[in-house]
Amino acid sequence: MAHIVTAFENELRDINRKVAEMGGLAEKSVVDSIDALIKRDTILAQRVIAADTRLDQLQREIESDSITLIAKRQPLAVDLREVVSAIRICNDLERIGDLSKNTAKRVLALKGEYQAAALLRGVEHMSEIVLEQLKEVLDAFGARDADRAMAVWKRDGAVDDLYTSLFRELLTYMMEDPRQITMCTHLLFAAKNVERIGDHATNIAETVHYLVVGEQLVDERPKSDASSMTSVAYPKA
Amino acid sequence: MANFAVNAAADSLSNAKPKMDIKDVSFFYNDNKALKNITLPLYEQRVTALIGPSGCGKSTLLRILNRIYELYPGQRAEGVITLDGENILDPKLDANLLRSKVGMVFQKPTPFPMTIYDNIAFGVRLYMKPSRGEMDEIVESSLTRTALWNEVKDRLHTSALGLSGGQQQRLCIARTVAIKPEVVLFDEPTSALDPISTAKIEELIDELKRDFTIVIVTHNMQQAARVADQTAFMYLGDLIEAGPTTSMFSNPKDNRTLDYITGRFG
Repeated sequence: MAHIVTAFENELRDINRKVAEMGGLAEKSVVDSIDALIKRDTILAQRVIAADTRLDQLQREIESDSITLIAKRQPLAVDLREVVSAIRICNDLERIGDLSKNTAKRVLALKGEYQAAALLRGVEHMSEIVLEQLKEVLDAFGARDADRAMAVWKRDGAVDDLYTSLFRELLTYMMEDPRQITMCTHLLFAAKNVERIGDHATNIAETVHYLVVGEQLVDERPKSDASSMTSVAYPKA
Repeated sequence: MANFAVNAAADSLSNAKPKMDIKDVSFFYNDNKALKNITLPLYEQRVTALIGPSGCGKSTLLRILNRIYELYPGQRAEGVITLDGENILDPKLDANLLRSKVGMVFQKPTPFPMTIYDNIAFGVRLYMKPSRGEMDEIVESSLTRTALWNEVKDRLHTSALGLSGGQQQRLCIARTVAIKPEVVLFDEPTSALDPISTAKIEELIDELKRDFTIVIVTHNMQQAARVADQTAFMYLGDLIEAGPTTSMFSNPKDNRTLDYITGRFG
């Protein structure tokens, strides 16, 4: 049922439209930044960096629209959750934009560096999975589907596992050939960015759950990023 | 954090003892059934808010609790309402005694056309025989409790009609608490008041709930969310849903409640 006050209805719809626009832009920035990395495309990387401004601007708009709406309409129940969720999700999306931007900057830094396609495969694979997670969670948000959001939430452990094994792999490459250290270090940061994007997708999943169900998730998220405890033995010559 | 808040609110109700118990109560204006089998506990030292669109029966329910409806012909109640276990709808129970235990504050301030002092002393004299000194004390303490003492202490013997609307309403509350009731009923106590006076009344309700069981009818959803521990939503004479205020306003179970509190109908 629609609100009696049409302006209220429109204001909520406007906020939602902006969150959806941010979702599309954030997704695109992830795709483009990884593309730029794989193809060493500095022009695309520049574009990703420039596009982040729009995400920042949208986030500020959503925040200020939401604050005005709360002050003006005192939303309750699902309306209040809509507004709170918009603020939370736009924060996550803005961070996703920043992380993609960081990856794009590394593409510029890698110009002229030694390259080996094999090194990129792991990051590429991981970003495919994370991108799928992000798409899925944004669709779940659009459809207000808590079950789909929870499925995303549960899958984040797989991303962490992948990151840990990638970490191990890149360390090994660095030990094998010191000329690969610069490249691998940048790739490691890029992988970390992708892993963090996965975390933000899980945050969004939690928010969607809260929005639909009306209760906060109390379970601990499945975490399995073990890179902080991972070391690789120096190969015997 | 939010979870903790929800649980705390739920606990504040689950630890509460019912002071009054409304059991299967129906109410008739002649043949018109205005309330349909309402069951609702009212907890000691807690505030219960009744919300719902105009004509849903919330004021009617309030008027049964001190049997004030009996003053009008053709109105009758069925069912049981207990106050400390005693059925107050039992015709053998003295209605005046009941009203001394269940006080009421109305929508518009209704000071008697007499002095501020006498507005309070008048009711007290009906139930107690205090000495002059004791009466002075009762007047001062009830005006202090309602945060009115400092504003009126120099004009106690002037007409109450000279007070502002907000002050008059607080005087009516002082008058009600002066006779030491156990339950206080508020029928839209702030709908005729400015925001500052409203804030003062809400502050007062918070303060009064330490000693009394409070029931408030309000059209202001945010007011119910602010002052009540328990909220009951009524619609067309039915009690649709009642529960801890926090969950009623964050996650109501019934769609009609949701549509009403979010401004989609009503």
